[in-house]
Amino acid sequence: MLKAKIFVELKPSVLDPQGKAVTNSLHNLGFKDVTQTRIGKYIEIVFDNSDKEDVSRQTTEICDSLLANLNTENYHIEIEEIKS
Amino acid sequence: MKVSVITFPGSNCDHDAHEVFRSRGHDARLIWHKDHDLQEPDLVILPGGFSYGDYLRSGALARFSPIMNEVIAFAQKSGLVMGICNGFQILTEAGLLPGTLMMNSGLHFLCKHQTLRVESSDSPFTKSLEVGSLLDVPIAHKEGNYFIDSEGLKALQDNDQILFRYCDPQGNLTPEANPNGSLDNIAGIVNIGRNVLGMMPHPERSATESVYSQDGSQIFQAIESFFDGGN
Repeated sequence: MLKAKIFVELKPSVLDPQGKAVTNSLHNLGFKDVTQTRIGKYIEIVFDNSDKEDVSRQTTEICDSLLANLNTENYHIEIEEIKS
Repeated sequence: MKVSVITFPGSNCDHDAHEVFRSRGHDARLIWHKDHDLQEPDLVILPGGFSYGDYLRSGALARFSPIMNEVIAFAQKSGLVMGICNGFQILTEAGLLPGTLMMNSGLHFLCKHQTLRVESSDSPFTKSLEVGSLLDVPIAHKEGNYFIDSEGLKALQDNDQILFRYCDPQGNLTPEANPNGSLDNIAGIVNIGRNVLGMMPHPERSATESVYSQDGSQIFQAIESFFDGGN
């Protein structure tokens, strides 16, 4: 079994008002060193498949077709083995 | 005119749209998203609401509903498709319209009257409207912040694809009149074929005598005049 960990984030060129609001709140909490916050999504998918290359290919297809909106978002994938 | 209004799980403006067309004397019907038959409409409406609870991204899951294969095929054959609010989000996710709708810049759900300026009369949806005329049409959304890359924006401008922009009550396109941070004050666009419209404001909520504004009915009149006048 393999697990794909998927991190979807806004492209650097896209404004993130949510992240900005969180930065403001962190400043209010006293974390003055914080200069930027970006908010994304984290998704895990478990595959009944031990072929890393095949799982990586499928996950890329899944991200391109559904999990990420390529107009505004980038993603990266990490594949790891899990005990069944 | 035969109008098919698609109901997705979580649609909540499907009956409003259906009722507006029915009351205007059209043959309107509601079509469940799992159906495969659009019933040969003149116009397809993707209504407002929260299809699939807005899970993942607004419109991202509805785009894969079974009926969407028929909607895409219908649009590709130059059939008229109008996506309102969540319907606009579904159309961008389906690739029938460019760009995407992001969270409002102010992070709040907005539900209010909004003045729109008609920017082009070169479409079946704005055919009888005057460029520069103002419409009071309500908005109700949290993800209405239209975004597209600079190349895409230039293409929309160059091809006269922007049909409606947010403006103040005097018709000025100011940043203050832009409720959600949309690029270039964009409220509604058409595809390059000019048969697919997506707009965040709700004309079906301003089209009957029972509500404050009837300006939305001008858009429905435009569609009617398009069909009356022949293609």
